[in-house]
Amino acid sequence: MSRIDNCFSQLERSKKKALIVYVTAGDPNLDTTVRIVPELERSGADVVELGIPFSDPLADGTTIQAASTRALKRGTTLKGILSAVEKIRRRSEVPLVLMGYLNPILALGTERFFARAAAAGVDGVIIPDLPAGEMARISQESRRRGIAPIFLVAPNTPKERIRIISRESRGYIYCVSVKGVTGARTKLPRTIGSMVLRVKKFSALPVVVGFGIATPDQARWVCSPSGGKADGVVVGSALVKIIEGNKKGRSLFPSISRFVGSLRKSLS
Amino acid sequence: MKYNFPDSKGYFGRFGGRFVPETLIPALDELENGYRKIRRDPVFRKEYRRLLQDFAGRPTPLYFAARMTGDLGRARIYIKREDLAHTGAHKINNALGQALLARRLGKTRIIAETGAGQHGVAAATAAAFLGLACEVYMGEEDIRRQHLNVVRMEKLGARVVPVSSGSRTLKDAVNEAIRDWVSNVDHTYYLLGSVVGPHPYPMMVRDFQAVIGEEIKKEFGRRGNRLPDYLIACVGGGSNAAGMFYPFISYSRVRKIGVEAGGTGGKSGASLGRGRPGVLHGAYTYLLQDKDGQIAEAHSISAGLDYPGVGPELSYWKEAGLVEYHQVSDREAIRGFKYLCQTEGIIPALESSHAVAFLLKFIRKTRKGENVVLNLSGRGDKDLGIVEKK
Repeated sequence: MSRIDNCFSQLERSKKKALIVYVTAGDPNLDTTVRIVPELERSGADVVELGIPFSDPLADGTTIQAASTRALKRGTTLKGILSAVEKIRRRSEVPLVLMGYLNPILALGTERFFARAAAAGVDGVIIPDLPAGEMARISQESRRRGIAPIFLVAPNTPKERIRIISRESRGYIYCVSVKGVTGARTKLPRTIGSMVLRVKKFSALPVVVGFGIATPDQARWVCSPSGGKADGVVVGSALVKIIEGNKKGRSLFPSISRFVGSLRKSLS
Repeated sequence: MKYNFPDSKGYFGRFGGRFVPETLIPALDELENGYRKIRRDPVFRKEYRRLLQDFAGRPTPLYFAARMTGDLGRARIYIKREDLAHTGAHKINNALGQALLARRLGKTRIIAETGAGQHGVAAATAAAFLGLACEVYMGEEDIRRQHLNVVRMEKLGARVVPVSSGSRTLKDAVNEAIRDWVSNVDHTYYLLGSVVGPHPYPMMVRDFQAVIGEEIKKEFGRRGNRLPDYLIACVGGGSNAAGMFYPFISYSRVRKIGVEAGGTGGKSGASLGRGRPGVLHGAYTYLLQDKDGQIAEAHSISAGLDYPGVGPELSYWKEAGLVEYHQVSDREAIRGFKYLCQTEGIIPALESSHAVAFLLKFIRKTRKGENVVLNLSGRGDKDLGIVEKK
């Protein structure tokens, strides 16, 4: 059983919701990323998504754009990230998902990428500019290597698309809370719950919600039966903001751990 | 040969497709259905044709450049005067077509990206004409070097939104426009200005620009001279080249030549000549990129060619051997600009000056009795500030 599947079945047994956190790999540098991931796990994260920086992150808001730019300035490459994953794996068995745009993956070579990612211990991959059904050989290759292709569902995604996405997905399905780019938002749409139910009609996979979720209260609401009805939440930009604010300081790890801990508490 | 691209999934051979966030898939479906409907709708076609004629001033002249032909002493040179179209470039052909479609789809707000500002001006014009709100994303670097067009857009009632990310040029303006579209997809129409982006844009923009090539074909027919021997156009994203070449794509005896920006000092806008295939802005196509797949900064003296990608259909034409591509440097483009000003009394856009400069080098390879058509995609008023110092 894969680390992601295992993680969700354990959570289900203990009636807990999944806390998925995102950081951009290489922000502020890859060494820090290697040390941050076990800290995130200790603080209560169930799954860690590592962003692959790209020069043109068109599905991201300003926070993750800036993180991407910082990481690229430090010379972060996809190959470097895969080596970092190997190092993380010596310290942690937390499920790891790589999230990044298609072009750096194509530049490395799709087959090479998935082979190396599998060897390094990557469990899933999210490619926001690769909708399900496009260049289908990529998600085939991903599944063949035992890496879960995780696709996004948007609030306006019609049933026929959800059916295709369910067929192609492994691990979990990622619902986007709003029509828009990544980034913290003060208000979440009330319609999240019905989107999650719509997806669950077509798929037995866990359904998580991300984009715009920045506080413990929002996380709790998204996972509550009367609210968003999700099996988990993804928190990205809010965490990246903390890293941005503590680039050098010794306060980085305590701040991260406090924030992730508060999210964890809201979901238990 | 039957040319039938794109296929039903939006591919030209292996190029094209839809590499966009899931949120945009329903919008692209809506757009494609809407476009396929209006394309066959006689009411729309009639309105579009009337606008092209009475508002945009089509057909544009196919002008015989007698002085240039005499001076160079080889093939007869014809200039397709897109610079005489309303707003001063071929961009109006596409902007009018898509703005009509936006209105038909019930959208109340138009967004656009622009490099040189010609597409921004055309979009602002079409929006003003149809009473739609319009916002144009433009890189800060381009706002600086194409100031005249910024003023034009603002006077036409559009809001110009400065883009400060990345290289602050066309590529970054497209990123920002796509982010806006994802966030406001219900009521906003993204009026993309070139044959780039996700399906159906490359097909739709090509179809709206094909009027250029069709008029050339008709004019040559009327003059009893069946087909031109050479077609020459500059290539940034590729819309003026696609519009000129597409109606001739099945005629192998018409040699089609696209001229990319060779730039200076190793930096260029020549994605076909110097790039590798990859995915940017929704399509699989030739791109300027580094070995890790990060998009490289393009450079060209002309803002309209300063773009690291190119339309997927032009990538297909390269691989299928249907079109050949060459490069012209910044300095050569300036020479082409000056030559056309002083020989023919026409001030060309710096984009189109690349095509002129290529012809000056290429003309030796042509023969008397042959016919060359040069696509003069836009006029050069906007560039006088840049050229003044050269």
